[in-house]
Order: sequence, then structure tokens, then C-alpha cells
Amino acid sequence: MLSFVPRPVADLPWQIIAITVTIAAFGVIVLYSAAGGSISPWAGIHALRFGVFLVMALVIRMFSENFVKLGTFPAYALFAVLLLLVELAGAVKGGSQRWIELGGFRLQPSEFMKPLVVLAIARFYEMIPIGQARSWSAIWPPLVLIGVPWFLVMTQPDLGTSIAVMSGGVTVMFLAGVPLRLFIGAGLAGAAFVPFAFFFLLREYQQNRVLIFLDPESDPLGTGYHISQSKIAIGSGGIGGKGYLQGSQSHLDYLPEGHTDFVFATMAEEWGLVGGLFVIGLFALLLRWATVVSLNAPSRFGKLAGGGLTMVIFFYIAINLLMVMGLAPVVGIPLPFLSYGGSSMMTIMICIGLLMGIERNTRESGSSAGRVIS
Amino acid sequence: MRRPGKLITRNSLNMTFNRRTMLIGGAQGLVGTILAGRMAYISVVENERYKMLSESNRVNLTLIPPRRGWIIDRNGKPLANNKADFRVDLIPQRVRDIEATIGQLGQILRMTPDEVDDLRVAMKDARGLQPVPVAAGLTWEDFAALSVRLPDLPGVAPQRGFSRQYPTGAAVGHLLGYVGIANAEEYEQSKNPLLITPGFKIGKDGLEKYYEQRLEGKPGARKVEVTARGKIVRELGVKEDTPGKPLKLTIDGGLQEFVARRMGRESGAAVVIDCQTGGILAFSSMPSFDPNSFSDGIGRLEYAMMSQDERVPLLNKATRGLYPPGSTLKPMAAVACLQNGVDPEETVNCPGGYRLGNRFYQCLGRHGPVNMTRAIEKSCNTYFYAQAHRLGYDKIAMVAREMGLGEEFDLAGLNQRYGTIPDSEWKMRKYKQGWTASDSLNAVIGQGYVIVNPLQLAVMTARLASGRKLYPHLIPNDKIAPTLPYAPEHLAIAQQGMAQVVSQGTAARSKLPLEGIAMAGKTGTAQVRGFGSGSRGGAGVPWKYRDHGLFVCFAPVEQPLYAAAVVIEHGLGGSRAAAPVAKDFMTYMFDPQKAMDSLLALEAGWGGNIAERMASEFATFRARSEGGAPAEPAPEDSAP
Repeated sequence: MLSFVPRPVADLPWQIIAITVTIAAFGVIVLYSAAGGSISPWAGIHALRFGVFLVMALVIRMFSENFVKLGTFPAYALFAVLLLLVELAGAVKGGSQRWIELGGFRLQPSEFMKPLVVLAIARFYEMIPIGQARSWSAIWPPLVLIGVPWFLVMTQPDLGTSIAVMSGGVTVMFLAGVPLRLFIGAGLAGAAFVPFAFFFLLREYQQNRVLIFLDPESDPLGTGYHISQSKIAIGSGGIGGKGYLQGSQSHLDYLPEGHTDFVFATMAEEWGLVGGLFVIGLFALLLRWATVVSLNAPSRFGKLAGGGLTMVIFFYIAINLLMVMGLAPVVGIPLPFLSYGGSSMMTIMICIGLLMGIERNTRESGSSAGRVIS
Repeated sequence: MRRPGKLITRNSLNMTFNRRTMLIGGAQGLVGTILAGRMAYISVVENERYKMLSESNRVNLTLIPPRRGWIIDRNGKPLANNKADFRVDLIPQRVRDIEATIGQLGQILRMTPDEVDDLRVAMKDARGLQPVPVAAGLTWEDFAALSVRLPDLPGVAPQRGFSRQYPTGAAVGHLLGYVGIANAEEYEQSKNPLLITPGFKIGKDGLEKYYEQRLEGKPGARKVEVTARGKIVRELGVKEDTPGKPLKLTIDGGLQEFVARRMGRESGAAVVIDCQTGGILAFSSMPSFDPNSFSDGIGRLEYAMMSQDERVPLLNKATRGLYPPGSTLKPMAAVACLQNGVDPEETVNCPGGYRLGNRFYQCLGRHGPVNMTRAIEKSCNTYFYAQAHRLGYDKIAMVAREMGLGEEFDLAGLNQRYGTIPDSEWKMRKYKQGWTASDSLNAVIGQGYVIVNPLQLAVMTARLASGRKLYPHLIPNDKIAPTLPYAPEHLAIAQQGMAQVVSQGTAARSKLPLEGIAMAGKTGTAQVRGFGSGSRGGAGVPWKYRDHGLFVCFAPVEQPLYAAAVVIEHGLGGSRAAAPVAKDFMTYMFDPQKAMDSLLALEAGWGGNIAERMASEFATFRARSEGGAPAEPAPEDSAP
């Protein structure tokens, strides 16, 4: 470190800040084009939000591990109750409800649930005696911690978020050392469950989305339209793209949701494969950083939480990209830092902030001897 | 759950954590690689395909229907042209809510309930991209009002273009035919996208159909950039259409219209031929249909009215109407007699009929001794009975065919029924019976088996008047017709007889009201009910049993320029119904103003010109059919 830089400034995690700022700035550029070459309505707010949430992440970074641990279960309980309230409100009003109005701010409890499930399960495994780590008593409580929010979100119905909630929690269980054969067994059982779930748990529009995903051309003007148009946008961009502000798919409204879920297609049309590999590369750097942070974490809580949070971020990126490239059904999951939208960005930045905090703990505990990768 | 022999320590858990984290990290890397590979595949390998799809999204290519070639008369006057037009069509496949769309269109365009019904019926049968015409000839205000509402009316296609116009309307209906939207089969056959372009029409009948290739032209195209909602962002380029080539006819537009109007309320046909070339100057079958309303897509009610009319406006009687020619064949028979050595000055005594065996064949009067010209002048049956009995009809039939009777002409694809000129061989072939003297007697006065169409009568007269074997045609040509194989003096005798018909004979009331120009002609009255049944079809019987009136003529007598045939269905008689019509249109050829004055006087008595009369007939028909009368005619045998 250069000596004239003040220590608190020099200690900031500049690497991850640089990565997120770069992706978000690119997002602003893409959203400027998506609006037909205009700051409003998306690009400006996107930049502003990112700024606010980055500050929030840096604040979260300063939370001590004890503070986080202490807050985990109460926060989990609070948001589980809020989730239930949302569910009840939806049942009363009829139709699906996903948020609570809080003085002009829409609070979406399911978003908070994604990191909270990870923290809660990490906290649980940290609390139980080491010898019990592979016993049955180490397995059923996390399943409940995952199952309650999963069920509440699933019935909203919000297929994408419910799977996201589950994936973070299951990852922590996996990392905590739950026997591998249980995951293999659960995987097989899940595969057997899929047909049942498809026919009895999914609503008709969800079933259609899955069917259309399997054969998008069967309904080019209906639900398959999204996937078809997204592939057209990406495919027509070629290697170098059509040029900034030249994307006809997005500018002429052929690409639906070109500023939210399908922002990657908007970007790829104008920036081509080069832009796509740039974005994928930045995400790879981000996930690599997060993985290294969790590997280097000195505490068991830090390790498990770091691994789970990494998975939450990965889940967003992977499902979104698989979807826009026609490899996954349309499930309505935005792409971090690029898609316009406040709640998903907040979730991601909470995860980033927590990971930054874990990294700070690692640094301050000075246990660099335990580093696996630097 | 605990496996024996395996000790769990903080360290072993950390090892597990590290291993599994690496596993997950590896899996994530794998997914990332798959994503990058997938993207490379879509954007590089499949780039061409998606580029094309993107372009076909963005660029909307609309064909500009070509302007149809004009059809002009011999003087270059348009018989069919194009008028700038605002029109609107519906594309069935793109319409979301048919009822709501039709309702809105009806309101915006102020359509009548009939028109809305017609549209509803048309939409019921419509499929795919085949445009269904809603309205043409919109005002700019209506067009604009519709255009601003387009985003809410998917499938509605307003267009600024050209539509076919026939300035003289019904007068050219059977001659030119009409145009219309290509039907589903026509599109299936050629798959030509032009056929489903709104506003494009093809010839459906008559010359419009026969000369389709020539008249069609080449479409232009307009490339526009459109949004997903169909809003046009900007124009990328326009290629103008190439109009079809004009088609020049031998028709005299003024005469064509005059003849049609002069037919008045009668049902019939008239054909006028240029005696120097054989070119058809006028070709009329009335009542007719207005090709303008056919081309816009005729309403069901209007069509129902036409198909129920006993005067059959949808039939082209000039070529498809077959009539016993009656006495109009006598000049031709005279030529046949002369060819076979009959002395024109030889007289036959007419005591009011002719006895053949135990039957007495009636003449129209007691003419006393008549020679050939006088027999024509007075239309004496007895004279021709005697000659036919002597010569046999086979010899007369040969001349009849040489004159064009019984012949199907090569005439721009016009559908013809060519009738019968009988002879002994024909009768044997058809009925397995020998020819009798009685057959000859009937045939020579144009009854019995003899049946011809009005076009053939006009050709016969033109050949008789010119002495040349003229062929009727509609497209001008330079062919010189060969002379007929008959001595000019023989033809002169027949011509002389015809001149006397008008100067002092059966058509004496139809002399041309012109100084120094005389007409020659021959009247004919053809019975509709079986000849010899004893019942004449006079004024006292229902219209459809009355006799047909026929008249063939040429003028001027000395140097024939024009020859014509007129058939007035159920007109009671040739001199009474047909000759006055011929007199007026022949007058028109020499003094249009004089002829027009007398026509206007007549039309005042008939209740207006053709268009006005058709409109009022339609109004009556509509009032009646709305009054609960069945739209379909009751079957004839429904009476007890």
C-alpha cells in the first residue's frame, strides 16, 4: 500500500468496489440506450440507486461479526412474519401480492429472505457442537429454516425467488458437511417429484412457461415471444454488436422487458459477443472474489455465510443468463447491476456488504496464515 | 447418522468446506463457460439467421399495388381508368376482436347496417392474410379519423392508392368485365404476395380478365421501419410501381354509352361493327351491372337483386343470348337463292301463306306477286317458303355459315354460345331423322332449329353490307378481310331489298332523320313459344312469353360504314322495338347532338339515366326485402 493513503481508505476493498462499479456503470450505459438514448427514466435512477446501495454495503461492511450473528435470528423471524403478512394480504385482496407499502417504498420481504436464510443456517451450524455436524439433528432444523420461507414465496406465487431462497440455504448445508449421499438422494427424489410438481403445484401460466421453454417456436407470439426475441437480439448482435444506440430489437420494442429481465439481450445486441464476454468476465471476477473471501474467512460462520451468499449472487446471474439465452424458462429473475430495479439490487448489495464484512474480519483478525488463496 | 471410525474435527469440517467450495466454484465456472459458449454459438454461428430475423422484425416491406393499365376506346377516350382513392381493408389474421373492430369501423366510417352485415359475412369466411375490403372512396377526413385510431384496431389496413373506375358504369359492364380481390384459390395457386396486398385487384371477367397480364403492371414496394406494435418509425425507401400497359379497343366510347342508354328499360343486346375493318364499335347487353360496384365488392342485397331479375342483367346477351333470328335472315337467304340461280325478278304469288302437303304455312299478309327485293321489303314468308322448298335448306345453310352464323369467333376470350345453323347432316347426327321440306320452310324464316346470337347477326350484316368476310374484333388490327365468294351484283340485290325495308317497307318508321344518309335494314320477330302452336306472343300475354324483336341494319346504304344488330327480348316485334333503337344510334354516328337530344327526351320518360334507374330499383328492392319478403325467390313449383 502506498503510505500516503490513509489507512481506512487504503483498507477499503477496492478490488470488489472496482468490479461492481464497472458492471453498474456499464448497466447505466446500457439503460441509457434502452430508453432510446435518454438518462430518464432508467439510467439516472440506476446510477443513483447503485450509489446509495454501495454506501449501504460499505456500512454493512463495518458491522462486526458478532453483531451480524446476534441480529440474524431476530431478522429472520421478523421477515418470516412479514412474508406471512404479505401472503395473507394477497389472500384477502385476491391475486398475488409480493410487497408491503412503507410510505412510498415497496418492501419486498422475499428479497431480504435470500441472504437471511443463508445467515440463519450458517449461524445454526456455527452454534451446534462440531461432533454433531453430520447428524440428523444438524439436518432437520435448516430444512425448516429453508422450508418456511420457501413455501411462503412459492405460494405467492414466485417460482424464481423461491428457488433462489432454497438454493442459498441448501448450499450452506452442503458446505457445512451434510453427507453427500443425502444430496444425491434428495436430487433423485426431486427428479421424481418434478412431474408431480409440474402438474399439481404450478399454475397454468407457470406450466406454459416451462412448456414454451422446451419448444419456444410453438408459440412465437405468446409466451415464447420473450425467448425468441431475446435470442434474436443476442444472435443478431454478432461479434462486435450493432453499435451503441443502434439496437433495433430493443429500440423498436420487439424485445420485451429490455431494461429489466432481458437487459443482457439489449446489451448484447449493441455490444455483441465482446460485450457479453466482458460482462460474464466481470461476474466471474466478482464470484471469484466472493469465493476467496469465504475460503479465507477465519470463522465457521464467516465461511458458511460467505459460501451461501456467493451462491445467492451466482444464482441471479446464472438463471438470468440461462433464461435470456434460451437455456432456462422465463422465471423473472433480474441480472445483477445491469437490470433496472431496486429490490434485486438491494439484495445483491446486502450480500456484497456482508461479504465485504467477512473480508474485513479476515483482514483484522490477521489470520492470513490460514489463507488458502490470496 | 454417524459413521463409525470417522472422527469429526474442526479441521476435517474445514477440509470438507474447502473441498466443497472448490467443487461449487468449479461448477459455477462450468456454468459460466457454458454461458459464454452458448452466447458465442448464438452470436457467431447462428448470426446470419438471427440477423435476418431481426431485419424482418424491423423492416416492413409493403407492396404498392401497380396502377392498372387504362382501357381506352378507338379515340383514346378512357373506358376504364384509375382514380386516386383512400380505402380500408381488414386483414383477418391480425384482427383480435372481430365484432368490436367491425363495430368501431361501422361507427367511424358511418356504414349502413347492410354494409356492416356484408362485412360481417365476409369476415366469417375470411382466413389468413387475404384482405377483406371494408370501404373504398373514403374522404380525407374519414381516412384521417381512422388512421389515428389504428393502434387500437389491429388488422385494419387503411391505404392510399388507386382504384379502378369505369366512367360510363353499366354501359361497359359486359364488355370490360370487372376487377376484384383475388380469392383464396387464386392465391393458393400462385402464392404471389401481390395477390394479398390490400388494394390489389385482378380482372375477374371480360377483357379485364383476358388481358390481365398486360393490364396488371409491376408492383412497387415501400420499406419502412416499424415497431413491434406496428407503428411506422421512418421510411427506408420507396420503389414506385410500374403501371400496366394501356389497352386500346376498337370500341367507340360515345357510341357504346349511347347504345346502352338507348336500350332503355328493355332487355336485350346490340352490336355495332365497323364495315371497313370488322372492328366492334359498340357491344352492349342490357340491363347490365355496374362494374364500379362489382369492383368494390358488391353488396349481398345488390347481388340478390340482380340474380332475381328476370331480365338477367348478369348474362351477356350479345354473345351468350341465343335467339331465333326470324326474318332477319331473309337477305342472307336471298343471296343463297341468287347463288343457286334464282332470277331476282321472278315473282312468287303470296296468297297469305304457302301450302306444303296438307299444311298451310302462314305469311304475315297477302302480298300478291312479289319479286326478291319486294319479298325482303315486305318480309314475305311465302316467297322464301317457295324458294327454300325448291332449293332445300342445305344450300342456304352453306351461305349462312359463310356469313358468320353458327360461328364461334376468336374474340378476346369472350364466352360465346354459338347456336345452330341446321342442315340435313346436322339433323341426322342429332336426331337420327331425315331433313323434311317443313324443316326447310321453318329454317328459312329463322325459326325451327335456327338459333343465333346477336353478335353473329351483326357480323352477317357487316359481311352482307361490305361484301367482305369481316371478322369481329375488339383489339385493332391491320388484317385485310378477303372478299366473300359471291357476285357483287347478288349482294347488291339483298342490299337493295334491305334499303327498301327502311325506305318503304316494314321499318319505314325508322328512317334516319338525316339529310342524304339512308339506312338499310331487316326486321325480325321471333316467337318465344313453339312456332306453329298457333299462339302468337302479342301484347296480351305475360312479358316472358312475348315475341322477341330483332333488327339488323347498315348505313349509309350506298357506302356502308356501320352495320349493326339489335335484339330486344320480348319486344313484340322488330319494327316496333328494335328498329327505333337502331335508328337512334345510327343517327348518333352521323349527328351525335341530334341523337342525344332525342335520347334525353326518352330518358325523361323512363325515369332517368341508367345509374339513376339502377339506384331507384335498388332502393325499391331494399325496401321490399326489408319489408319481410324472402330474399331468395320461391321455387317455381311451390304453387299447389
